[in-house]
Amino acid sequence: MTIEKTTLDRRAFLRSSVMAGGGLVLGLSWLASAASAVEKATDVSASEWANFNAFLKIGEDGRVTIFSPNPEGGQGVLTAMPMIVAEELDVDWKNVVVEQAPLDTKLYSRQYMGGSNSIRSGWNPLRKAGATARQMLREAAAQSWHVPVGEVTTAKGVLHHKSSGKSATYGELATAAASIPVPADVELKAVKDFAIIGTSPKNVVGKEIVTGKPLFGYDIQEEDMRIAMIVHPPAFGMKLKSFNASSVKTMPGIKDVFQIKVFNEDYVWEHFDTVTFNELVAIVGNSTWEVMNAKLMLEVEWEQIQDHTITRNDYYAGKQELNIPSKPENSDWHKSASAEMAAQPGNVLRKDGNPEDAFRNAAKIIESTFIGPWLAHNNMEPYSFFAHVTDEWAKLKGPNQKPGLTVNALSHRLGMPVEKIEVEMTRMGGAFGRRSYAHWMIEAALISQHVKAPVKLVYSREDDMTGGIYRPYYRADYRAALDKNNKLIAFHVKAGGLVESPLINPNLFPAGAVDNYLAESWQIDSNITIGSYRAPRSNFMAVAEQSFLDEVAEAAGIDPIEFRLELLDRVKTNPVGERVGYDADRLAGVIKLLKEKAGTGQAGVHRGVSAYFAHGTYVAQALDIIIEKGKPKTKNVCCTVDCGIVINPDGLKNQAEGSIVDGIGVAMYGNLTFTNGVPDQNNFDTYEMIRYGDPLLPETIDIHFVESEVDPTGMGEPAFPPIMAALANALYKAKGKRLYSQPFVNDLG
Amino acid sequence: MAIFKLKINGKQYQVDVDPSTPVLWVLRDHLKMMGTKYGCGVAQCGACTIHLDGEAVRSCITFVDSVGDQEITTIEGLSENGDHPVQEAWLEHDVAQCGYCQPGQIMSAAALLNSNPHPGDEEIETAMSGNICRCGTYTRIKQAIKTAANS
Ligand code: FES
Ligand code: FES
Repeated sequence: MTIEKTTLDRRAFLRSSVMAGGGLVLGLSWLASAASAVEKATDVSASEWANFNAFLKIGEDGRVTIFSPNPEGGQGVLTAMPMIVAEELDVDWKNVVVEQAPLDTKLYSRQYMGGSNSIRSGWNPLRKAGATARQMLREAAAQSWHVPVGEVTTAKGVLHHKSSGKSATYGELATAAASIPVPADVELKAVKDFAIIGTSPKNVVGKEIVTGKPLFGYDIQEEDMRIAMIVHPPAFGMKLKSFNASSVKTMPGIKDVFQIKVFNEDYVWEHFDTVTFNELVAIVGNSTWEVMNAKLMLEVEWEQIQDHTITRNDYYAGKQELNIPSKPENSDWHKSASAEMAAQPGNVLRKDGNPEDAFRNAAKIIESTFIGPWLAHNNMEPYSFFAHVTDEWAKLKGPNQKPGLTVNALSHRLGMPVEKIEVEMTRMGGAFGRRSYAHWMIEAALISQHVKAPVKLVYSREDDMTGGIYRPYYRADYRAALDKNNKLIAFHVKAGGLVESPLINPNLFPAGAVDNYLAESWQIDSNITIGSYRAPRSNFMAVAEQSFLDEVAEAAGIDPIEFRLELLDRVKTNPVGERVGYDADRLAGVIKLLKEKAGTGQAGVHRGVSAYFAHGTYVAQALDIIIEKGKPKTKNVCCTVDCGIVINPDGLKNQAEGSIVDGIGVAMYGNLTFTNGVPDQNNFDTYEMIRYGDPLLPETIDIHFVESEVDPTGMGEPAFPPIMAALANALYKAKGKRLYSQPFVNDLG
Repeated sequence: MAIFKLKINGKQYQVDVDPSTPVLWVLRDHLKMMGTKYGCGVAQCGACTIHLDGEAVRSCITFVDSVGDQEITTIEGLSENGDHPVQEAWLEHDVAQCGYCQPGQIMSAAALLNSNPHPGDEEIETAMSGNICRCGTYTRIKQAIKTAANS
């Protein structure tokens, strides 16, 4: 048991209250660091409590309702976050009801999904929320039984006093507990006492999913709701010139056709305000099919954009001027322009020792270039959002990963204070980074404002796939130097891409393990928009680096696993440079566990390995391929994970399995190309996705966790990047050909 | 516009729509049955899978005027209480991640088991190859189909 001081962030607990009909409601600011919430906390009036959305409610019947603050898109937080609260509250999971909390920027901070961060930043506040309620219930019992609070124990939602034999359910004392002052300190359970964490309760909305309940943004139905779609330019580098709506306005079911402007010209973009096509034609009608047909008939003229700049507050780089060139882009140009950049010196991000000398004196130099193509997100649910905007208020509802951030852009654009805007989060039919952005939420709001009616904006698959905000084209050039004893003496990585470099953290492995180390980056302006994509940047750096290390190990004549372990030993005993951006013990830990669990492999099995630290979690993987009827086939993937304390083992396994399948699919087939600014792929007939029957889909996947008492980290992303390298390394063993350029299918033949 | 009488999940419905409207949008927009999903509109993803007289079809390219008196089954009508063996197997294996593709996956799997109660691996792969899952739940889906086949 640990005593956790709540003193510092005590004011972050808004207060407890009796719920209508009796029971306890406990509210608290999502993260204690939310300063604005703290200030407001002291003067919440009783009337505001009526609509108060808090962390947890305990009814007189003993039912516990836990609000999950973060948006759910398949990563499992809707189950995992309440498990943490229930654990510390000490209740039976079967009496817990989980509800998605609405967006409330005052009540919760960091109400968003991304960077595998929901659990990482939620761990402590959620534990404290549960522990605080438990403490108040114990106090209430102590007062009503006239016994010292220290003697009141709990078990599965029941309070006990041993010597007097008294007991009461949480429900019976919930109303009394509501009047207990929020305690200054709370006890948190010791890891060994966890009873819910470490078990695998099923997805809390599993039944709704398998029965087709309307959980998603696309499924929203509201009274008098219209359907809206947008028409955006067919190519990047184009904008709207004019349109003729007359023939469309008379089509059946069509109500209105007009232009919207997502942001005003002088607006400074925040990180997630990226918009590809600022001027759009909106078509509003009665039904999706009618609006889709009208879209086809609309006469629109497009024109080329001018070169211009956009001011943006980048999350990492701060205020930036983005140059948007007007030239229509081709995939060939992305390739040649990247090659030119790679031939020139880049921005030096890290330098240890004297790499130039080391390369000059090397006995052997290994050099390779890796390419990652543009990728579209292809969430199975295309973008959609419901909006009802009036002069006084706005109600929005739909799937968004970062409602707590994007609502500010909406407020700015509508000229309406955030307090007047209500945003309800729906389940997201896949998120993968693309739903972090605000634009289609704003589009829906502007359309509703124009037609003065509730509207559901829906994107077609084509609108979605050709709408920008992609994982950009990346390139990485690696060099490694070995001395005559095959020791790695120098390592050089230079990586860049369109709009951004995938290399922003130069302190990751193998930095710290090599005496002479150089990391450089570059980037090229583009008019194609980019954005977060599952495991941003590491989704490329992992495959490049881990494939390259395999090549270096081979050149050095060392087993690839031993090669990595030797380098990590160096980091542990005598690291090079001042900064090492990973825990060498934990990275070595997953590799050693992999060695143990994957075994040595059998004859005829070609194994590729990979190990990577990304988004807080350490992962190592071994992918086994056999050749069947002349074709490579994936037998098993063994994956070891160190994500700290494992909250929901089966839920995390599902995440890892999905990431592995997705990673294999993306590495093999993911590819968006351009001709004169037009994406060459716009639906699943041209953009290939991994499917059943694909021989590279693993027959079996085993996941093993490192036992740990370290605070938990997330699992939605970390198993995705390294599998692409494990695949490349296994295919190399099977076919004798190194794969440097994705999609691999192009080189495999 | 024209009037169509449709038999869906054992009940009669009547809609007044353009004859070229895909059944997908009749279900979703006109009858407010949201279980059948839109993912591509061109028969490439399987999210819109329904049964026509027990056989899996893509409702996004099935026009309402082609249905006639064939009986439509959607995910809402697959079972009364969500307890069809395929649905139960899905829950047992906790298949879903985001869940968006799953109604379509379940409808494809249920149709397969209707016609072939004990499919082999290859038969499962062929029957299911039209259903995409971006979340990558294929391995669990296969296990769930096997569980359902044995129940
Ligand atoms: S929506 Fe019908 S197959 Fe994709
Ligand atoms: S569960 Fe998300 S697409 Fe299949």
